[in-house]
Parts: sequence; C-alpha cells; structure tokens
Amino acid sequence: MANIAQAMRDETATPIQRGLKEALYGGAISFGLFFLFIGLRTDQNISNELILVPRWGLLAIVVGLVMVVRFFYVAYAQPFMARQKIVNVTSGLLPDSVATRFFRLPYFIAALVIAVALLVFAGSLDGIFGPALAGYMRFFRALAIIYALASVLFYFRTFISAHFSALGIGVLVAYPIVVVLVLTLINGSMASGFQGSLKWVDNFGIQILIYVMLAWGLNIVVGLAGLLDLGYVAFYAVGAYAYALLATHLGWSFWILLPVAGIMAAFWGVMLGFPVLRLRGDYLAIVTLAFGEIIRLVLINWREVTNGAAGISGIPKVSFFGLMSFNVSDPNYIAKVLDIAQSGAYYKIFLYYLILGLALLTAFVTIRLRRMPVGRAWEALREDEIACRSLGINTTTTKLTAFATGAMFGGFAGSFFAARQGFVSPESFVFLESAIILAIVVLGGMGSLVGIAVAAAVMIGGTEILREMEFLKVVFGPDFTPELYRMLLFGMAMVIVMLWKPRGFVGSREPTAFLHERKAISSSFTKEGHG
Amino acid sequence: MTAARALLDIKGVETYYGNIRALSGVDVAVNEGEIVALIGANGAGKSTLMMTIFGTPRARRGTITFAGTDITDLPTHEIARLRIAQSPEGRRIFPRMTVMENLQMGASLDNLKYYDEDVEKVFTLFPRLKERIAQRGGTLSGGEQQMLSIGRALMARPKLLLLDEPSLGLAPLIVKQIFDAIRELNRTQGLTVFLVEQNAFGALKLATRGYVMVNGVVTMSGTGKDLLANPEVRAAYLEGGRH
Repeated sequence: MANIAQAMRDETATPIQRGLKEALYGGAISFGLFFLFIGLRTDQNISNELILVPRWGLLAIVVGLVMVVRFFYVAYAQPFMARQKIVNVTSGLLPDSVATRFFRLPYFIAALVIAVALLVFAGSLDGIFGPALAGYMRFFRALAIIYALASVLFYFRTFISAHFSALGIGVLVAYPIVVVLVLTLINGSMASGFQGSLKWVDNFGIQILIYVMLAWGLNIVVGLAGLLDLGYVAFYAVGAYAYALLATHLGWSFWILLPVAGIMAAFWGVMLGFPVLRLRGDYLAIVTLAFGEIIRLVLINWREVTNGAAGISGIPKVSFFGLMSFNVSDPNYIAKVLDIAQSGAYYKIFLYYLILGLALLTAFVTIRLRRMPVGRAWEALREDEIACRSLGINTTTTKLTAFATGAMFGGFAGSFFAARQGFVSPESFVFLESAIILAIVVLGGMGSLVGIAVAAAVMIGGTEILREMEFLKVVFGPDFTPELYRMLLFGMAMVIVMLWKPRGFVGSREPTAFLHERKAISSSFTKEGHG
Repeated sequence: MTAARALLDIKGVETYYGNIRALSGVDVAVNEGEIVALIGANGAGKSTLMMTIFGTPRARRGTITFAGTDITDLPTHEIARLRIAQSPEGRRIFPRMTVMENLQMGASLDNLKYYDEDVEKVFTLFPRLKERIAQRGGTLSGGEQQMLSIGRALMARPKLLLLDEPSLGLAPLIVKQIFDAIRELNRTQGLTVFLVEQNAFGALKLATRGYVMVNGVVTMSGTGKDLLANPEVRAAYLEGGRH
C-alpha cells in the first residue's frame, strides 16, 4: 500500500531516484526488524551466565542486502516489467517475453554440450580441477542440466499443457527404468546401475509418491468436502500400525492387510466424523488437530500393544503378489526365480510401482466420485451446507463418507509406509506431517489433482534435493548442512506461491456437469469474494 | 378451504431463537394450485416461518403437515424429499459451481429420468441461464442468481415451491420477470407456491391469497385482491411507493 501511495506522490521522480528512496526505507524497516533477530544473540558464557553477543557485522550485511535488492527491484525490475506490457508502436506487438529471450536455441545447445562434457568426465573432475573447484563444476553442471530441461519444457509448453496428465503418468512409469539405464551407462555395469538407482527411486520417487497419495487423500476431505482436517496423519498412523501389528503377530500378507488397513482407517475416519458433524472451519480444525495428537499419544502410551515410543520393527516385506519374495533367504527370492544378480533395488523398484499404482487409484477414484452424486454432494457441501440440506442432501452421511474415504486412502498409504520402512514408531506421525500434507493440498490448489502432484514433487523433492547440495559446503564451509534449512525453504516457497497464485498452482476447478459442450473456467472468475 | 385438503398446513407454530420467541402461534394453510403470499415488515418472522417449515430452527409447539404427513420433526433433507423445494433467503446458490452444476444439484433426489426435460424447462423459463450455462454461480448478477435459485428448486419437481424474498435487491424490471415466471409456472403446471415478500404490492397482485404477519403472529388474511384493497394493509405496507 505504501508503495502505491509513494508511486502516486513522486510520479516525476526517475526510477533511480525512487529506487534510492525505497532502498532507504527498506533498509530502515529491515534494520528495525532484524535488530533483535540478528543483531543480538543470547548465549551462555563459561560460568553459565546469560550474555548478549552482538553481531553487528551480520546485521549490516543483511540490511545492506535488503537495500541493494530493493534498489534494483524498484529502479530496474519494476520499470522493466512495466515495459513488457507496452505494445511496440510500429509493429503493434508486445516485446519479446523474458522467457523467449532467456530460452534461445544457441544457449540450449551450449548448455547441452557443457552438461554432456561434464557428465562424461564426472569421475575425473576432482583430478582435473582439485576438490574445491570440482564442487563448483558439479553445481555448474546441475545448472546446465536444469537449463536444458527447462528449455525443452519451454519449447513444448503448449503440447505439454495439453497432455499434462498423460505425459505425467508416462514419465512416472518410465522413471525407474530411465534411472537404472542412465546409471548403468555412466557406471558401466548393470549391478552398479541398480545399486545407484536406490537413492533416486527410494528417496525421491517413493517418498514423493507417498506424499502425493496422502495429499490426494486429504484433498477429498479438504479440497472437495471443504472440511479442514489438521489431523490427517492419524489415519496414516492407523494404517501403518494396522499393517505392522497384524503382519508381525498374525503373519498375514500385505495384499490382505492393505484393504484391512484401509477399512480400519475409514472406521476411525467415521469415529472422528461423528463428534465433529456440527463443526466447521476453525472449530473443526482444532478438534481434528486434537484427534491426530490423541492417536499419537495412544501409540506412545499403549505399550503392551504398540511397544510405545520404541516402535515396531521387523515388519514383513511385500511379496510380488505371493509369487516371488524379496527376502534373500526365501526359496522363491526374485533373483533366484528370474535367475539374475542379487540386488536390493528390485524391491525398491517394485515398491515404486506399488505406490504409483496406489496413488493413481486414489486419483482415479477421486475423479470418478466427483462425477457421481456423492462427490457432487461433497462439493456442494463445501459451498453451502444449508442449501444442501434444503435440496434433500443428507449432510450427515455426506460428511461421514468424505471423512471415511479420505481416511481410507490415508490408511492405504500408511500400510505401504510400514511395509516400505520395515519399522514404525510414533515419531513418524507428528503434527508436522499433517501440516506438510495440508500445505501441499493448499499450495497445489484445493481440489486440483495435477496441482497437488506438482506441489508434492516440488516440496518433498525440493527438501530431498537439499541433501544433494554437497557443493554448498564449498561455499559455506564444511559445517554447513543444507537439509537443516528445508523448513525455511518450505516456508519461503509457500509465501511466494501464495503471493503469486493465491489459489494454488492450479486454481481453476474443472466443472463436472455439461449440457452440450465443455468449457474450462479460468481461475480469474473464482477469486475469493465473488461468491 | 378446509384444513384437511390443504397441501401445507401450519397450525399453532411457535419457534424460538434461544429464549426469544420469533413465532407465536402461526396458522397458515396453502392449498394445492394456489399462490400464497406472506407479507410483513422486517423482523416480523416471515423468513423464520419459511425456515421452520424446513426444520431449521424447529417448531417448539404446533404442527406442520405436508400432504397428510407430519413434517414437524422430520430431518431437513427428508422434508425436501417429500418434494418441497425452497429458494432460500439470500438465494444460497453454490458460488464455485457452474450454472449447470447448480441445476444438477437441484435434481439430486431424482433418478434423472426427467433430468434433460427439466433442464430444458428451466432454460425455457429463464433463457438468461442458458446463456450463462458454464459460468460460475458466484459470478452471476443478482437477478440471474435468483433465477438460478428458483431454477435449482424447480429441478426437484416440487409439489410445493417456497420462495423467500425473490425480489430482494433486484431491479424492478427483473422483479417483474421473476414474478411473471412464477405466475407462468402456476398457470401452466399448476405449481403450488408459497412466497414471503416485503414487496407487498407485487406479491399480493400475484397471489391467490395472502397473509399479513406482525411480530410473529398472523394478523390478517384474505384473497390477494381483498388485502390490496384493505385500508390497514395499504397504510402499513403499500403507501409511499408501488414497488
């Protein structure tokens, strides 16, 4: 607001003058903000007394940085963005967009050459440049690869956006195969290719897909039915413990326990649903939050059954539909049956396809339900509960089915999680997990499956990729552990997305009823406050 | 006009908000094929009566009978299933759903046998809605939202249509369109309509019979024409503006 008032007052000032002025304001504000945050630090001295450690240098750097960024933003970036919207008088065209100027064919070829060259010499980088410089070279290589991929995405953007779902599923199905093939080519042997794929398939693929599935499950409750659920992780826990306990005590197979875990989670969904039938919004959120914590506390304290905080270990692996096993000692171990080399990667790749299948099942069910009376009733319930009732919709059963369906998919994901880890403990089901899942749903755009999948990939993949940022140690010193900053980045990403796209990555809602023709409706019609 | 034949029979209904009595013994009867108007000033309890028929809030005393069934204590959605449809106060359309989806929600009870036919009927009645078919409910103008609200209620093939202030906040021309549509529905399809209005002149001109409500009690009733001619009604609700 201050910006606008400012801009109106000094319309005559040049951008540089304005930039200087704004930089001064920005510096003053950030000084006031960070004086206590950064400038002073409490610490203990040798005799355990509380002392204040001033950090004026750091404060000066931060304030200076704010001023410089503010200056460049106001003096150069803002006028540039304004110019981008002005049509050229002679040609009647808008100027080249930043993106078309940024993604040029020569640059693309250069990036490709650099990436390939540095990949070929990947093994001998340390020898050529020394360890310090090699770190930068790897960073540079990563940038080149990202640029090349981004260029490809940019050139085919119309095609990609037209066939996004099909392409996305294709990429996900091909992902482990491509990873194994690429790593085999780089390392020169099949065995090391499989071994190297573990990290990419497990830490990235499976991890992201679990969150995609959880977020899609929560999307039924929050995105479709509009019931704000802060305790979703409880159903994940119910599914995980259902599989862990029944599999270790009764020895039942995953394929029987998967539906059992789903049913148990759905049952607890209904149990949660009953007391909160009359609640909405903030009140509902608090009760669901408490529910999530109750489940976790029960898991910790009911030691006879759940083994308390120590958790349950030795949870059996999933078998290949009972035909082949992934235990090396079993007679029907997959490598023995198929007569191939032993590797732990087969199990991970199998799990990858399993969670992919489960996630796609969630998506498929959601899409089908939206076109059925119950799904439409969920969406109508989100819009207006009183109108729903006077149209003859039983809001009680509608809410309970939403809770139960969402919980069921949480339960599926939970039993998969238990089978994948081989170990469950209450630590995996803390409130932060619920918050992350909900954040993914909100960032993706409530109700949009594609948006949620993208948000999960960015948020979970992004935090995982921080672990890979070894080169940052070259910059910030060997004590720097980038993964400690993942929550900071998570928060920053949320703020940025909410500023630019307040309704999430995909803010438009696909209608489900048509007379004769389909028309997508732009999210610009659906901003808050129009209803 | 005996009570036994009335489609909707409200007898001695008292409704409370907490300890505050909003309706104190209301008797209203709506016969099949009629348009009945309930007029009254702000806060007289008109909308409360409308909501009490649907069980939110519930009547603490008295009975409400619809087509021979006692609906006083039925859950709201089951009352709706007896084919009473409502265009509630403030329209209450689904803002993020399209016009078509809103209409579809109105037909939730049906086996969709008449769905296409009913959609066509609504579009013949309100051609404006057809132009806006893929638009979100929340982006419609007030008049269009009112049309959608009535259209959505009609999709349930109601025996009785309850309208709560259909003219609220609308331009006179649009009010006329909507009242014409109600008259048309009553004439061609024999639809029974019970409407609550502040626009007493328009409502009484439209209605077969009318009731006047003051402070939670029905003080006067009669044919629409009689009430229009009644000097007390004229003094209280009609003088000083004919809209």
